[in-house]
Amino acid sequence: MSQISPVIWQFLVKWMTNFALFPPEASRIAPQMDALYFFMVLVSLIGLTIVILLVTSFSILYSKKRHPVAVQIEGSTLLEATWTIIPLGLFLVMFVWGALIYFRVYTPPANAMNIYVVGKQWMWKAEHPGGQHEINSLHVPAGRAVQLTLISQDVFHSFSIPAFRVKREAIPGRYTSVWFEATTPGTYHLFCTQYCGTDHSHMIGDVVVLTPDDYKKWLASSTSGASLAQNGERLFASLSCAACHNTRPDARGPSLANVYGSKLRLTSGQTVIADDAYLRDAILNPSQHITQGYAPIMPTYQGQISEEGVIALVEYIKNLDSDYRVQQTTTTTDLLPQSEGKAAPAGQNAAGKDPAGQGMVKQ
Amino acid sequence: MSSTIVSLPDQSTARIPKVNFLTKENGLLSWLLTGDHKRIAILYLISISFFFFIGGALAGLIRLELLTPQSDLMATDTYNKVFSMHGIIMIFFFLVPSVPATLGNFFIPMMLGAKDLALPKVNLLSWYLYVAAGMLALYAMITGGVDTGWTFTTPLSTHYVNTNVITTGLAIFIAGFSSIFTGLNFIVTIHKMRAPGMTWFRMPLFVWAHYAASILMVLGTPVLAIALVLVVLERTVGIGVFDPAKGGDPLLFQHLFWFYSHPAVYIMILPGMGVINEVISTFSRKRVFGYTAVAFSSVAIAVFGFFVWAHHMFIMGVSNYAVLVFSLLTMLVAVPSAIKIFNWAFTLYKGSITFETPMLYSFGFMGLFTIGGLTGVFLGTSGTDIHLTETYFIVAHFHFVMVGGMLMAFLAGLHFWWPKMTGRMYPEKISQLAAVVTFIGFNFTFFPQFILGTLGMPRRYASYPPEFQVLNVFSTAGATILGVGYLLPVLYLTWSLKYGEIAGNNPWQATGLEWQTQSPPLTENFTEIPIMDHEAYDYEWLERQKEKEVTSVG
Repeated sequence: MSQISPVIWQFLVKWMTNFALFPPEASRIAPQMDALYFFMVLVSLIGLTIVILLVTSFSILYSKKRHPVAVQIEGSTLLEATWTIIPLGLFLVMFVWGALIYFRVYTPPANAMNIYVVGKQWMWKAEHPGGQHEINSLHVPAGRAVQLTLISQDVFHSFSIPAFRVKREAIPGRYTSVWFEATTPGTYHLFCTQYCGTDHSHMIGDVVVLTPDDYKKWLASSTSGASLAQNGERLFASLSCAACHNTRPDARGPSLANVYGSKLRLTSGQTVIADDAYLRDAILNPSQHITQGYAPIMPTYQGQISEEGVIALVEYIKNLDSDYRVQQTTTTTDLLPQSEGKAAPAGQNAAGKDPAGQGMVKQ
Repeated sequence: MSSTIVSLPDQSTARIPKVNFLTKENGLLSWLLTGDHKRIAILYLISISFFFFIGGALAGLIRLELLTPQSDLMATDTYNKVFSMHGIIMIFFFLVPSVPATLGNFFIPMMLGAKDLALPKVNLLSWYLYVAAGMLALYAMITGGVDTGWTFTTPLSTHYVNTNVITTGLAIFIAGFSSIFTGLNFIVTIHKMRAPGMTWFRMPLFVWAHYAASILMVLGTPVLAIALVLVVLERTVGIGVFDPAKGGDPLLFQHLFWFYSHPAVYIMILPGMGVINEVISTFSRKRVFGYTAVAFSSVAIAVFGFFVWAHHMFIMGVSNYAVLVFSLLTMLVAVPSAIKIFNWAFTLYKGSITFETPMLYSFGFMGLFTIGGLTGVFLGTSGTDIHLTETYFIVAHFHFVMVGGMLMAFLAGLHFWWPKMTGRMYPEKISQLAAVVTFIGFNFTFFPQFILGTLGMPRRYASYPPEFQVLNVFSTAGATILGVGYLLPVLYLTWSLKYGEIAGNNPWQATGLEWQTQSPPLTENFTEIPIMDHEAYDYEWLERQKEKEVTSVG
């Protein structure tokens, strides 16, 4: 065979070694989704078989040769009701089953660890709370719920991990989230599945699932020296946020300690919960989000902070649990040069050499 | 219940009538300025075939590129342009006008016993709009193309590409008006131009299907036009409706776009279903099983079709509760399609079936549409949609519905009415072969894509991980077979224009009014206005007519 046609031979060898018919199941939700998938495959096969059997058997039984004279039949309400109600019932079962899974995939548990993911033409950038960044790859521990908070810096992207059966659109200007719990250590495909321009098909990467121990090692070995919240703190200082958002009694802006997750009353009379999305909007588009009792004097930071910068700020504000932390930031504007010295040996990326500018849009 | 025996009339002595709509007037101008719905249908047939082969060639390029995992045949940018133009041409310049503008245009007035559509000049105008739009789209393609995909997703289309988005958008905008005018014309005609005795429930189901599709065209297309105008305004003056930096919402575009583009799926498939009704009834010599249910299922599809658009956006951050509602409504729209399939199957029951080419294409339609419809349920179910959407699963699904369904139906209808349109038969054996080849090629091309999608291969990828290659090779191999299947009809149908057997008035012994007149018909369709004194698909009536003729001649 190999002498006859090397091309066919190669093709067959490839087939034998690489042929896959079903993706690996590497998350908690995967077997649940597959159960529904196979239920639907089964129903479809039965439905298709019925249609094929009806058509072929009628074609044989009532072909003109065997059955030269047609018998006119008007219809049958009973039969028609049967094939209306049975499919409807089956579809409704699928609807309910599917909705249960849908809500599970998009409702993260409270104890999930959060990783931020920024999509941009044409790469995925993951920001871990510990300050680890990675591009076109994502390291996660097995056996732990991981929530991804996604945003796009430009166009729609879609973060897809087929082995986990999860996918979520990364939307410009808005946080979306999805969660999973990986079960099997290994390396899996990461795809951008929403068409996003020239190099859409190169916006791919690997999701690496590590055992909890390996994950700890990985975290330690790829730290950039400062956590995400620390980066946010620097940005908070360098953008002079603390000029207003300090804890002094005459402060022009509200204190941000413990603001995350709290209920706020806005000047518009609305009550909102200060979640990630609210914090982001309040930084970029403050005039729409003025807390009651304060003047609308905050300038917009639209176009001045990159999405990574906003994420760092949000993460910093999330972790502000006391006025004392805010005061520390306020009084240590001279923290910047120090941290540069501290962070440099830890294998910083290019942006890290200029911590004050990190997260800011270069102009 | 009683029975009928029908035998084909002797054709050895038949002649093509000297006076018919083709010979009435001569010269190019008589075609370009015609108000005759049949001539306009022929003009449409030629133009949509032209666009089908351009779209088909682009599909060939896509499959060729995907033969290997690397993007080696063309640069990714070129690939993006190729699949964008493939989608735009196939949807807006082939599928949407395919059956309605050709077969619908030709046969709706004849089936109703009318001389023409209600608004002949509007009909001609809609063809000119179509041609202008098509030329503009081709111009956009030749002068650099467009790489937004046929969905024009913002903000990619408004801020991040610098290809011919405005020109292409304008082309689709114009094509939309062509479609609105066709739909309007059908609605007015069906309401106002029915022959005496032609009540709503005596109309052939082909007409019902077109009525439902026309409502969708008239109500849905303006929304697409609005969406496209907003994209153009955003690109030119930056109004910011879709720009989050200016307080706009990029998701709004998708709501507007899918508000048209989901009903558009039914604009494409309903007329095809109409064809299947006529063909299956004729070749099993039986009234369509449950006429009323089938008629109303068309209308139900049209109505529900308007309320399911957000199922294209399940993973895009619409609220979970909106997802619930749209998923439920999607399940409801799946039911009328299931009803139709079973009604067609039971039309065969106790019939007297023959297997001419249109019937083979219809069987192909039933099988492929069943698969296409059922896999649609996988995507309408919100949970599994997360995994399957935006992958090759969805590509395979809509090709099963659009190509396996609509194109099969179009070919079934084209073969079925070819004798009426041209006065000559197509060659039976080779066309049966073409139907089988198309069916096999189709399954080879698109079935592997379901598996690819389940494995997670994203759509619109110029390159892919190597483990997906085997299935892609199958798919490309299938596409070459499919190509042969589509090329054959062009050859033998052209051949038959001159050498085909003379068809006679009613070669299939069908019951529709269009068959009770000469082939090709007169420009006025009928010598006297027919009176509809029987139900649709009444084969006993046809039998009595024949007996009457025999006695009066004898």
